[in-house]
Amino acid sequence: MSDKILRIRNLRVSTDSGTELLHGVSLDLEQGEILGLIGESGAGKSTIGLAAMGYGRGGCRITGGEVLLAGRDLADCSRQDREAVRGARIAYVAQSAAAAFNPAHRLEKQIIEAPLYHGLMTETEARAWMVELFTALGLPEPESFGRRFPHQVSGGQLQRAMVAMAMACKPDILVLDEPTTALDVTTQIEVLRLLRDTIRKYGRSALYITHDLAVIAQVADRLVVLRHGQEIETGPTQQILTAPREEYTRRLVSERQASLSAPAGAAHKTGRELLRLNRVDATYGKVPVISEIELSVKQGETVAIVGESGSGKSTLARVVAGLLPPSQGAVMFDGAALPPSYRKRGKDLLRRIQLIYQLPDVALNPRQTVGETIGRPLTRFQGLTGRANRAEVLRLLEQIGLPAEMADRLPDALSGGQKQRVCIARALAAKPDLIICDEVTSALDPLVAEDILRLLRRLQDELGITYLFITHDLSVVKRLADRTVVMQKGRIVEEAETDRLFEAPGQIYTRKLLASVPQLDPGWLDQVLTAP
Amino acid sequence: MLTLIAKRAVLGVFTLWLVSVLVFAGTEILPGDVAGAILGQSATPESLARLRAELGLDVPALQRYVEWLTGFLQGDMGRSMASGQPVAGLLWPRFWNTMSLAAYAGVIAVPLAVGLGIMAAALRGGIFDRVSNVAALAFVSLPEYFLGLLLVLWLSVKTGWLPSLADTYEGMGMAAWFRATTLPMLVLVMVTTAQILRMTRTTVLGVMDQPYVETAYLKGLRNGRVVLRHATPNAAAPIVNVVSFNIAYLITGVVLVEAVFNYNGLGRFMVDAVSRRDLPLVQAAAMIFGAVYVFLNMVADIAAIALNPRLRHPRGKEA
Amino acid sequence: MTAVTSRLSAVPLTGWIGMALIAINLFLFAFGPMLAPYGQEEIVGVPFDAPQPGHPLGFDQNGRDMLSRVLYGAQTSIGISLAAVCLSFAIGVPLGILAALRGGWLDLVLSRLVDTVMSIPVLISALVVLQALGSSLPVLIVTIACLDSTRVFRLARLVAQGINVMDYAEVARLRGEGLAWMIRREILPNVLPPLVAEFGMRFCFTFLFVAGLSFLGLGVQPPFADWGGMVRDNQQGILYGLYAPLFPAAAIALVTIGVNLTVDWMLSGRTTVQGDNR
Repeated sequence: MSDKILRIRNLRVSTDSGTELLHGVSLDLEQGEILGLIGESGAGKSTIGLAAMGYGRGGCRITGGEVLLAGRDLADCSRQDREAVRGARIAYVAQSAAAAFNPAHRLEKQIIEAPLYHGLMTETEARAWMVELFTALGLPEPESFGRRFPHQVSGGQLQRAMVAMAMACKPDILVLDEPTTALDVTTQIEVLRLLRDTIRKYGRSALYITHDLAVIAQVADRLVVLRHGQEIETGPTQQILTAPREEYTRRLVSERQASLSAPAGAAHKTGRELLRLNRVDATYGKVPVISEIELSVKQGETVAIVGESGSGKSTLARVVAGLLPPSQGAVMFDGAALPPSYRKRGKDLLRRIQLIYQLPDVALNPRQTVGETIGRPLTRFQGLTGRANRAEVLRLLEQIGLPAEMADRLPDALSGGQKQRVCIARALAAKPDLIICDEVTSALDPLVAEDILRLLRRLQDELGITYLFITHDLSVVKRLADRTVVMQKGRIVEEAETDRLFEAPGQIYTRKLLASVPQLDPGWLDQVLTAP
Repeated sequence: MLTLIAKRAVLGVFTLWLVSVLVFAGTEILPGDVAGAILGQSATPESLARLRAELGLDVPALQRYVEWLTGFLQGDMGRSMASGQPVAGLLWPRFWNTMSLAAYAGVIAVPLAVGLGIMAAALRGGIFDRVSNVAALAFVSLPEYFLGLLLVLWLSVKTGWLPSLADTYEGMGMAAWFRATTLPMLVLVMVTTAQILRMTRTTVLGVMDQPYVETAYLKGLRNGRVVLRHATPNAAAPIVNVVSFNIAYLITGVVLVEAVFNYNGLGRFMVDAVSRRDLPLVQAAAMIFGAVYVFLNMVADIAAIALNPRLRHPRGKEA
Repeated sequence: MTAVTSRLSAVPLTGWIGMALIAINLFLFAFGPMLAPYGQEEIVGVPFDAPQPGHPLGFDQNGRDMLSRVLYGAQTSIGISLAAVCLSFAIGVPLGILAALRGGWLDLVLSRLVDTVMSIPVLISALVVLQALGSSLPVLIVTIACLDSTRVFRLARLVAQGINVMDYAEVARLRGEGLAWMIRREILPNVLPPLVAEFGMRFCFTFLFVAGLSFLGLGVQPPFADWGGMVRDNQQGILYGLYAPLFPAAAIALVTIGVNLTVDWMLSGRTTVQGDNR
């Protein structure tokens, strides 16, 4: 029993308004173990992580159960007792270090604050330990790194500094809440390794919270699968990945390996060129964002544009949509030159190119019902009003797999996946030839994203729509795109049939990008890092 | 950062110029007939024309504006229409009276209010917070003259502790001055303290929503330390803004208080000039008030720039 | 229905007090003169005489019934402020939204102008205009509305800009929607909630402002009874320990307290704060 460093029993957490978020979760963390908590948004993983510190975020409080740590029940002890443990025995690493560091203070001041405050070290000791951690975490100039302010270091460095801050008191347990999610894939891999090695090196235990099964497969010894505030199953990582017992876990695991079978919409592919970009440059102010883009998209095909943040892929989408007129070059659509600004495009051109966004929350007017949202393009582009409009709205809802009664709801009453479906229906209502999908699945949970991708695929089969698919997620590309274009720093690095690209990437950057996509195989991280 | 500050200073001067245009336009170009207003019933066409010429109103507006502005910049504010005395001589003593009263109130109100505001934010939801919030709301809602009259009633008429009128004169002793101005000071302190307290509390609570505040709590720090060390430094720039906004208020809101206590300040002076429609006096007083206001806004903005760590420690440079 | 009742039960005591005060004042605004036992100019007693049966608030400096004067004053004081605020919203909101949507030189010119007007204290600007035009009801209302509309403009522009960069507004633009649709269907419904709270605050400010001007003798002119002017007229009474000027002053205070309490309640609960359950 003594090697169980943290015991959570029957934990219940509710919001102040009375909604229960955790319905009695139990788990044990053993000395030196990394325990992965996995689940989609709303599963309660972060809530557990914070409850392990006796903390309730934003109007949540522990309403039942025990959190046993260092001989105390954090769910039922004085605030002073909790504060004495917090930071000292158990510490937290947040998803966004950029937001979690105080912009007003230097890094070192924030890192040595906790050990000095808790009276665990002298200032000299705390500084020496900080420098040691900086070194272990591979931060540049570890002696002077702490003199910087948070805004003076990169995202990957800041995330590592956050780990150093959490380790400052040499706590028994680290709570890592999606510590690499905000990073680009190529940065993520490096941070992931350093994180894991540092925790192992100093023999700490950790609760590792993530929605990404492949990421957690690389670091966790055991996994707890959560859904809707309840534990679904617990087991060693290898067992969960290879022999999941529960249906939900099986779906989570298989989603990562899924592919959407044969390329779709073959019947609609005419080989006719629908969209062409000729040496297009675009700038924000005077800053060049994309340059010399050459791209051709044929009718009925799906072309994916992939790249990390800052690669210019979204800018490319905005140029095609007419939101950012190119500074040089021309865009051709269906054989004719496309006016650079959407303001100069006629109604029919506006109809033929539609855009779907990353965040369905802000893509829907919160004051318009689903029916109004979908009905408006019908009125504008097809002149449908009254009953005919309503009938068409209902038909579209059915097509995208939403029940008819949704037509009278406001977006607030919809889930993220449902909102994205409404956005798709709104685009379909225009009967477009080309749909630009800008990271349409990035904000969604894996299983929901999977459904959206299937829907998009089915619509392409049925209607022969052409997709320009902007994404940073290579696993999405693999499942959906006929051709893939890799962008880096505003330029196209490589372009090929998707299968060819994944089998034999021609460029170093493409290879690095492909290699950085986490795989479910727990040995993947070590393999990548030892590979030449 | 210095360039930013310099830019802001230049903008301040530019705004001041625009203010002068507006003040001039407001007083002279608006369709009111100054000469007619002065002569009233007794106006004849000849006397009107004579007065217009005397006032220089027959010259084109642009030329008058340039003359007025150049004179103003050299310290010549023209002559009062009513008394014929130079405006500058009438205005500056009263300006300093107003400034002294505002300073007296500000020195007490600002530290008190900022301190109480931070305290209310730290003890949010508690008794102190609720009581201070309701009290501050009440003081913000009460007109200055209501508070003023109540204080006169209680501290002067009923008890005789303090004089009901703030009579000040040249060469009076310090003790006498403080005694005379304490009642108006109290009114100003009550109103500004309430305002600053509420705004400081809101500002600090706005910062308390940030993830880094959660980080601080998760380090096991106690509440007071989190508020003082982690929230307040980031609220500093907006708090400076709040304070400057309220000092600006002090200087104009003083107009009503001066009227209650018959205090010989710039505000009452301007109100009298408006009732008598004494144009040069109004112009000069408006310009002075405008200048103080613009200056305070500029100071607040510059302080905000200077307090921003991102600007103080630019990227790419080692600290 | 349950949502409504649960929201109502969540209204704090201060919120109820605020709304009750507003209701009472709106009632007085509508029916005040009808309730007044005496005319507003009617001399029925001895100047500054104390409250007595039939005259619960006593008499003013001319021996008129204070209660009747206060009841008459409700209409003037509240009416002028309401008119001025409505006018300032009618000017500020459309211009603010237009500036946000159109951008370009229109936005630049309007914003610069507003910045400049706002760089002069409102009271000073008002005094300058009143000096030039003299004080009358229309001048008062229009002047205050114009000066106040700068603040409304700023807020409307800011909120509309926030909405205008939302993806759904972009979708509408990409659909080629005209200005009318953009304002009416995309922007206005979403800027309304913050503007309602602002309306309360602006009313409060304007109300105090009008009363203040009247108190200075530059606002509402006789023969109209208005609360600020009544405080001024009776101010001397305080030196003799009389409460006369305090009645209209308290009436002013009750209106602003009512609105402030209500607005405060409406705006509260919007902020979330870290570390409340630590």
